[in-house]
Amino acid sequence: MERIPILKMGPYLLVSIQVDMHDRLAMQLQDDLTERIARTGARAVLIDISALDTVDSFMGRMLGNIAGMSRVLDAETVLVGMQPAVAITLVELGMTLPGVRTALNVEKGMELLAASLRVSDSFSG
Amino acid sequence: MVDTLPLESSEHVVLVRQAVRQRAVELGFSLVDQTKIITAASELGRNTITHGGGGQAMVEVINDGMRRGLRLTFEDKGPGIADIATAMRDGYSTGNGLGLGLSGSKRLANEFAITSAPGEGTRVVITRWK
Repeated sequence: MERIPILKMGPYLLVSIQVDMHDRLAMQLQDDLTERIARTGARAVLIDISALDTVDSFMGRMLGNIAGMSRVLDAETVLVGMQPAVAITLVELGMTLPGVRTALNVEKGMELLAASLRVSDSFSG
Repeated sequence: MVDTLPLESSEHVVLVRQAVRQRAVELGFSLVDQTKIITAASELGRNTITHGGGGQAMVEVINDGMRRGLRLTFEDKGPGIADIATAMRDGYSTGNGLGLGLSGSKRLANEFAITSAPGEGTRVVITRWK
């Protein structure tokens, strides 16, 4: 069965979407990611969409759902690598992805996640 | 030159996106214009399946004097839409989506036409000029 791979690295889960996803595959990713967060106790999720040349409302909703579900499971999500043409189109479509943290690329996204993990660790002592 | 593609499953939407991309690239659309028309095709193709119970898409390169464009037609023989004005509103949805499919794809196209009646299916035609 086709699936988007999810890689675990320390407290991070890494996903890079490299294929033009149909809706069921997107739903599968949403289910797989939440299950992995719950099972591994991962605190941070990075989703790279730099290879995607379209994101429509279904996919946008799925990305928003992932961010929301992760937050409820005590994990931070950052979406990285959105192409400028995709950003323009999404906003014109009427989707601004509220509640989804974004970064320009994988490096900046990892910095953002590392910083938020440090903040939460400093409170737990 | 018209490509006719079936729309019965979510995999078909991917194939429609690819067909639209290929034609948009051949026409020399800018990257943003390609992205807009492909995204509109994705929204309307999904509507054909989820609201229309399946149907077909037609992808056509058109000429109007000096300009060339891409015309996409989405047809289904589903239940049709009784109140088109309401269906066109942002955020209105009878499915479980966000209600951006029709209104959003209209914003992404240069021309947009919808014909529908209860029991007679729905036909949406959009055009994007180069």
